[in-house]
Amino acid sequence: MFTLKQLKPTRFGFGEGLKSLGEKYPNVVALGADITSSVSVNFFKEAFPNRFFSFGIAEQNIMGAAAGFALGGKIPFATTYGVFSALRATDQVRISICYNNLPVKIGGAHAGISVGPDGATHQALEDIAIMRVLPNMTVLSPCDATQTKLATIASVEQVNGPAYIRFGREAVPDFTTEDLPFEVGKGQLLKEGKDVTIIATGHLVWEALQAAYQLEKQNIDVRVINIHTIKPIDEDIIIKASKETGLIVTAEEHQIYGGLGSAVAEVLVKENPVKIKMIGMNDQFGESGKPEELMQKYGLTSGHIAEKVIEMNKQKQNNERPD
Amino acid sequence: MPLTNDIQELKKFSLEIRKDVVRNLAEAGSGHLGGSLGLADIFTCLYFNILNHKPDMPDWDHRDRLILSIGHVAPVFYAALAHSGYFNPKELMTLRKLGSRLQGHPGKEHGLPGIELSAGSLGQGLSVAVGLALAGKMDKKTWNVFSIHGDGELQEGAIWEAAMSASHHQLNNLVALVDRNYVQIDGKNSDVMEIEPLKDKFESFGWKVLSCNGHHHKEIIDTYKKAIDWKKGPVVIMAKTHMGKGVKSIEDDYRWHGKPPKPEQVDAFIKELEQNQ
Repeated sequence: MFTLKQLKPTRFGFGEGLKSLGEKYPNVVALGADITSSVSVNFFKEAFPNRFFSFGIAEQNIMGAAAGFALGGKIPFATTYGVFSALRATDQVRISICYNNLPVKIGGAHAGISVGPDGATHQALEDIAIMRVLPNMTVLSPCDATQTKLATIASVEQVNGPAYIRFGREAVPDFTTEDLPFEVGKGQLLKEGKDVTIIATGHLVWEALQAAYQLEKQNIDVRVINIHTIKPIDEDIIIKASKETGLIVTAEEHQIYGGLGSAVAEVLVKENPVKIKMIGMNDQFGESGKPEELMQKYGLTSGHIAEKVIEMNKQKQNNERPD
Repeated sequence: MPLTNDIQELKKFSLEIRKDVVRNLAEAGSGHLGGSLGLADIFTCLYFNILNHKPDMPDWDHRDRLILSIGHVAPVFYAALAHSGYFNPKELMTLRKLGSRLQGHPGKEHGLPGIELSAGSLGQGLSVAVGLALAGKMDKKTWNVFSIHGDGELQEGAIWEAAMSASHHQLNNLVALVDRNYVQIDGKNSDVMEIEPLKDKFESFGWKVLSCNGHHHKEIIDTYKKAIDWKKGPVVIMAKTHMGKGVKSIEDDYRWHGKPPKPEQVDAFIKELEQNQ
């Protein structure tokens, strides 16, 4: 059973991971787009001032320049808010980075609605969809600060080409340890279960675990899988879960179109079509509010996940009951 | 080491490159003739004189880096690569065909030697050149970065983001060249979207601005030398060219930006090239 260690923003995990990469690899460089402390690139900047390059508020240029650094033998981290790295600069990411298959690592900060009071303009809710359709791109969406550190390191040590690392602003439960190995492309079975599987990504993994623990009391045995790599996705763990539990609930802080839910559906429709309920943003923009208020309003809490699981489990029992 | 300093020899290479551009595009049945002919003298000077490179060692670490931002002039780029020794010029006739290493816009993953960057979406190359130049400076490399742009391309906002960053980072190892032919697909730049005053714009962005006649080999070489010697920051060369240069009947006609000659026009165009060299 996973327990809460502390509340910690996942962006700090990114900053720590980047700094430790800096210590290990002299060719790692970082490019900043003015918001260096809010995306935690400042950890690296302070440790390695000569390997940090300021590009101002110019996201298209930062992505192109990162491609240039990579051509010059560096491993550049180009980091800004997910809304900008995935959307403002998409063409540069597509052509200069992905078509050239360069080892540019892109940080997508302020992911999800939990950005809070900044409102819809700054809440990245489409970045997974954009990034995962680009050939050569690896998409990482770690579940807490500790795992974000590991994912950041893995983006260099395990990925030769471009990678997108998604992380958030607010302090969220930090519950994994560095002993939990991070393998790009491998889903993590965090809790066994045979009735229903929740497949989650990002900090909704914690919510999924809480839902599963609550449901134990109601004798619903829920499996929880953390998909920290959206692409390449771990097809085996998803197919196995669908065969063994029959029902799938997906949970993500992202639009339900194009995100984790879609990625899981793409896998299952080929191999073992089962019913999937998708929890995420329902084709809508966010708004201002406290993170916890927004998670509540848009149905992204453990309570909402549990409700969906109960609903699905009832349907399953009704279907199994002989008439 | 320049392959040659002999202007007559350079002119001969330019003629060969232009003839290939005409033949290759006619064979391909699509592609951009105007800019490819317009840049033939500049590409000749780069690949046969200016660039420090080894065609038999495309990955040689000390090579100068050429970033072609306007991928649509791939035909002149490929012809320059082939004639300077990167690959057999016979392969030029595969341009734009299925399975060819000569993609419509340069695509490295298809394996053609000499391509630094897969590119073709306008406005991106200067940013890449900036990052590459910064990486070179970090490692105290002696190579320079040469980027090639269109004048219409300067309408892309990303160019100006990149221009700002090049002077901010004092990139004295970056030389950009603008193919200043005053036209683009829809017509004259001044009708589509005015880009002047270009000299003032680049100077206000912190660049040294040089200009040259983009069809005069000695002037091109001298201007590049001056640009390389300028050590205070980035340099842009405004190279005045004529779209379609060498084929008098199409020169400066914007309708030839994006189309190839018909197969039956090839002989006449090549005759014109030979007469006008």
